[in-house]
Amino acid sequence: MTEASAAVTGQPGPQLKSGSHLERIFEAGHFAVTAEIGPPKSVSSKSIREHAAMLRDYVDAVNLTDNQTAIVRLSSIAAAVHVMSEGVEPVVQITCRDRNRIAIQSDLLGAYSLGVRNLLCLSGDHQVFGNHPGSKNVYDIDSIQLIAAVRDLRDRGVFMSGEKCRYSPRMFIGAAANPFADPFEYRALRLAKKVAAGADFIQTQAVYDLERFEAWMGMVRDMGLHERVKIIAGVVPAKSAAALRYVSTVPGMRVPERLIDRIAGAADQAAEGVKICAETVAHLREIEGVAGVHIMAIAWEKIVPDIVQQAGLLPRPRFEARTDAV
Amino acid sequence: MIVAEAKPLAEIYALLEGKKKVLMVGCKECVTVCQAGGEKEVGLLAAALRVKRELAGGPALETTEKTVQRQCDPEYVVPLKALAAEHDLVISMACGVGVQFMAEHLGAWVIPALNTKFGGGSVEQGIWEERCGFCGDCVLHLTGGICPVARCSKSLFNGPCGGSHDGKCEVSDDVACGWQLIFDRLKATGRLDLLTEVRPPKDWQTSRDGGPRRVVREDLRL
Repeated sequence: MTEASAAVTGQPGPQLKSGSHLERIFEAGHFAVTAEIGPPKSVSSKSIREHAAMLRDYVDAVNLTDNQTAIVRLSSIAAAVHVMSEGVEPVVQITCRDRNRIAIQSDLLGAYSLGVRNLLCLSGDHQVFGNHPGSKNVYDIDSIQLIAAVRDLRDRGVFMSGEKCRYSPRMFIGAAANPFADPFEYRALRLAKKVAAGADFIQTQAVYDLERFEAWMGMVRDMGLHERVKIIAGVVPAKSAAALRYVSTVPGMRVPERLIDRIAGAADQAAEGVKICAETVAHLREIEGVAGVHIMAIAWEKIVPDIVQQAGLLPRPRFEARTDAV
Repeated sequence: MIVAEAKPLAEIYALLEGKKKVLMVGCKECVTVCQAGGEKEVGLLAAALRVKRELAGGPALETTEKTVQRQCDPEYVVPLKALAAEHDLVISMACGVGVQFMAEHLGAWVIPALNTKFGGGSVEQGIWEERCGFCGDCVLHLTGGICPVARCSKSLFNGPCGGSHDGKCEVSDDVACGWQLIFDRLKATGRLDLLTEVRPPKDWQTSRDGGPRRVVREDLRL
């Protein structure tokens, strides 16, 4: 089956699960580069479209966060549509915090019908962090059960109820991993569960502590997981020593003290933060089993091109346009 | 047991406006054990309400104090019916179950004096903690006897989220990560294999959202 005939049937093409650009990047053996856009706390799509246009030639796909830190924002699916209108491929984040299995599956159908092909399945930050701490969380299903549900819709064409879906979404399925959370020795096992549930790619929590990350990757390789899932290492550029100091206090983050000192001692702290980020990317690229980087520069999106450039990841590969809308 | 704690005095007092004769009923079960609604607490609250009314200069408040074996059982509630009829108001010092059984059987206006908190127990003198999420389909045999529904802030079923750190939950350093506890228990007992299996979505029909749940035991029915 050629890609052209695949387009007619709505199928992703030979050997591809979803046919997404990100999947094709991995299939072609490229080191992937993704970024992140945080939708605004308003109806204005301006910032989303501007950031997408700016990132277009520097990254392979862009994550749209789903009410991150439990703050109400423009929906990740709607934001993905704005991103696509700028010619950029979205990775839609979806958390288990705010929706039950009915709403989640409904959104999956809707997102796919709008052209979304990559999904990142998350538990979601607890609502106590956000601006509606009195809200009730859902957690009808957890992130691993969500991964399995998305996989079953794609590979078996069935909903969680077991009922058949006539035209089912064929998503490239992402999940998160945090090598810096506890219990450390369980972290690779948890990744194995996500892979068993059907994850195609993994985005990790921001890497500052390379020693711990390498230790985790060692466990991942020992289990052979790097051959079954594409691991995208997360990085977050630090704008200042104070900002990085704050990051070090966030649960599930680990920041070596010497990095904070290094930025504090620099004449231009932001430039030093970018330099550290680019160095981290270069280091991550050399680690066996790391298949890409995810640059999370929320509220500092414009710095992403500099980091990609400094890390020597340009130009980004291009493929023939995909026209597989259902 | 059901753990409850007293509502603020001012909140209860405000509900007594215009009432002269009040029946206050305690319960000898859970709320006696957690020292929120037993005989002693009934006496203390009654005295506090009377004094507060007196200081406010209103008409004297007359209280009748009773403590029954348990309010979640018509056998002990129904006999209060005549007594309740002689009062303007009934204050239940039981859990929410007791308040409802009283309202159901006494035909009187019943108000709660406690906030019913959770199913739990005392972990040290003066501190009670939740243990059971009352989900109706126990999984404790899979989790080393530690409940993921009640003890994980997200009720996750497949291990700790990325916010677990130093044994604490991302929600607060005062909250232990339930899945760290489960991990430690399973490791200590050589059952980490239980953490490698993917747990399927839970059927919450046993938990809530289906109206009040019932247990019917045909073998016990008359």
